[in-house]
Amino acid sequence: MREIRAAPARLLVADDNKVNRLLLARSLELQGHRVTMAENGRIALEKLAQEPFDLVLLDMEMPEMTGFEVLERLAADPQLRDIPVIVTSSLEGIDHVVRCLELGAEDYLPKPVNPVLLRARLGASLEKKRLRDQQKELVRRFATAAVADDVATSGFALGGKHVRGSIMFSDIRGFTSLVESQPPEDTIDLLNTYYTLMFDAIGGQGGVVNQMVGDGLMAIFGAPLPLAQPERAAVNAAREMLELVRLFNADRRALGKPEIRIGIGVATGEMVAGYTGTQERATYTCVGDTVNLAARLEQHTKDAGHAILIDETTRAALDATLSVSALGRVAIRGKAEAIEVFAVPEG
Amino acid sequence: MSATIDRATFTALQDTAGKDFVSELVGTFLEEAPGMLGDLHAALRAGEPERFRRAAHSLKSNGLTFGALDFAAIAKRLELAGLEGARAPDAPDVGALDAEYARVAAALEALRHA
Repeated sequence: MREIRAAPARLLVADDNKVNRLLLARSLELQGHRVTMAENGRIALEKLAQEPFDLVLLDMEMPEMTGFEVLERLAADPQLRDIPVIVTSSLEGIDHVVRCLELGAEDYLPKPVNPVLLRARLGASLEKKRLRDQQKELVRRFATAAVADDVATSGFALGGKHVRGSIMFSDIRGFTSLVESQPPEDTIDLLNTYYTLMFDAIGGQGGVVNQMVGDGLMAIFGAPLPLAQPERAAVNAAREMLELVRLFNADRRALGKPEIRIGIGVATGEMVAGYTGTQERATYTCVGDTVNLAARLEQHTKDAGHAILIDETTRAALDATLSVSALGRVAIRGKAEAIEVFAVPEG
Repeated sequence: MSATIDRATFTALQDTAGKDFVSELVGTFLEEAPGMLGDLHAALRAGEPERFRRAAHSLKSNGLTFGALDFAAIAKRLELAGLEGARAPDAPDVGALDAEYARVAAALEALRHA
């Protein structure tokens, strides 16, 4: 009752002993936290899968699934491995404590848990988690979720590998004259909304935006995380992007602002994907013929009068019900032979 | 012999968790403990060392929480000695734990209404 309230956190208390469980939950609630209880390791894992928690207080001696097994499961799960765990136990012997810490536990509190010690350790663990979350959020904001996860799982290493996937290039038509016709803050505002919409459409289909230059972007479907059908994902994303731009334009019309038009090129094939740059500054990217082709297709949308152009490899993988129109062979800069180009319907 | 329930521990528990809550918690312990003692005896009869150790461990842990220090000390000896230790002819600890529990239960019952 003389507890000082900390910032409220969502906590999971796992202990098979009812007295211990109720008492620990009570101490934590008095400190202002929200507590969920589990009476063994299996139930604790179920609760962790159901809702997000900031921290777990884990007993070791539990029937059905011990705390040691819970620690092992958490460490092996990419979704859960970052949740801090404070072990609360009255197990005899320092080797148990060492084993818990080796299995990834953040801290160890002997039972009966001293409330003052509990508050201090809990505060420190939650603060560390907050900093880790902040760091992850930074990586995410500047790198995309898929790349951030890839770095978190495999570690960061410069160097590439061969992957098969689809590449998309997209940009805003006549953007330069648009920029000249409006105040700079309007342009940044426009770009922010535009990118939010495009990221939604691309991310929703499992793609990763890896480059933004001015009004243009490059997206990868199928790397760093594999996709079952990268071609379909890329084309679906492209059509969704056009639909979002159509809605965006309706808003802009209502505000008396100029509308925007975009062009999208998609090509599919083998490419080299990996982190390029230096140890200090690197980006995930793909290089190869497929990338060049997608860029050329996007540029060709201006001349072709179609908003989405794709190559033969992409078309071959699409659903037959999508009526794609063949535009014939087109000479593409950088390609010795003319290639088949297809236009994807917008609606 | 020291006091059945260490008053300083019990009062500190009331101070931090609240008197009413501790009264309820004592009730929970008095409901749960006979089952845990039963587990200890059953494990002894059936020769299940892991179950025996776990029951002793839980009783020790709860004894410490309420300040039942002698009770917790006996339970700890059982936890460390394990099933084989408790079966030794000169090992009266299981019986001693039962007897101490009767004192603990009475003392806690008095304290929760004090």
